[in-house]
Amino acid sequence: MGGGDSAGRLVRPFTLTGGRTRPSRADFTLITTVTAADPQPQAAPRPQPEHTRILRLCAEPVAVAELAARLDLPVSVIVILLCDLLEAGRITVHPPHPVTRTTPDLDLLQKVRDGLGRL
Amino acid sequence: MAGSDTIARASTGRSAPDTVKILIAGGFGVGKTTMVGSVSEIVPLRTEEPLTMAGLDVDDLDGIEEKRATTVAMDFGRITVSDDLVLYLFGTPGQQRFWFMWNDLALGALGAVVLVDVRRPESSFAAIDFFERRGIPFVIAVNGFHGEHPYPAEDVREALTLPEGVPVLLCDARERESCRDVLVALIDRLIAEAVPAR
Repeated sequence: MGGGDSAGRLVRPFTLTGGRTRPSRADFTLITTVTAADPQPQAAPRPQPEHTRILRLCAEPVAVAELAARLDLPVSVIVILLCDLLEAGRITVHPPHPVTRTTPDLDLLQKVRDGLGRL
Repeated sequence: MAGSDTIARASTGRSAPDTVKILIAGGFGVGKTTMVGSVSEIVPLRTEEPLTMAGLDVDDLDGIEEKRATTVAMDFGRITVSDDLVLYLFGTPGQQRFWFMWNDLALGALGAVVLVDVRRPESSFAAIDFFERRGIPFVIAVNGFHGEHPYPAEDVREALTLPEGVPVLLCDARERESCRDVLVALIDRLIAEAVPAR
């Protein structure tokens, strides 16, 4: 991980977002799955290089946290870039499975248990 | 199984899997990333978040020259449990001052594993307290140094003053089967709690 100029590395990501530090939408979590739209919209504005890197990585469904790790960018920066892509119609978004304490999902839990049993 | 139960997705045709997460918590250096790595199907990935000064105690950063360089790192792994369900394991940041990140992390988690090092159990008190207060179900996994367990689970339970019903498991975070058993114990606890709720 550690590059030499860590301070510089940390400041720079937000230049990718045009100085924005907050997303326009709040519905991206670490395990929200994003997928590049196929085909890509013709009318949308030309994507920036970082947007293109994200699109390449999410040709198949991929979680936000994985995008951040693979592009070596903070999640907060990835989320802002994903908002741009979503607004341009370039990605589709799949929210995580909802988890509530009041109405536990037994089928889901059993599925996880079965999957772990196969490890 | 192919072709069964497919969900049509308007724009892509490829269906994204459902995702869930479990947190792996505990004190600094207790073996969280080791555990994630033992069961993950990918080499654990890391994300680093730059910290803004807002919301942090000034004391915490007093005298630190390169404030801009402060980051909080988080390691995570992945287990594909079925063709339409993926489980993510997130190691929580170990240092206490990064707790505000836990709130985000804990949101929507199935539950948590709190790793304990019996040589310094107090380093995991904070994690236990965190999940207790928020009503997030957890199990205790005692990570044996070199896989050895000098104390039985009951002694550990007493030392940690755990409430009844919190499972305590002895594990070796380096071993896949051992870590899997810990995760299964957590799911079993969740299932047990879910049944009477029906």
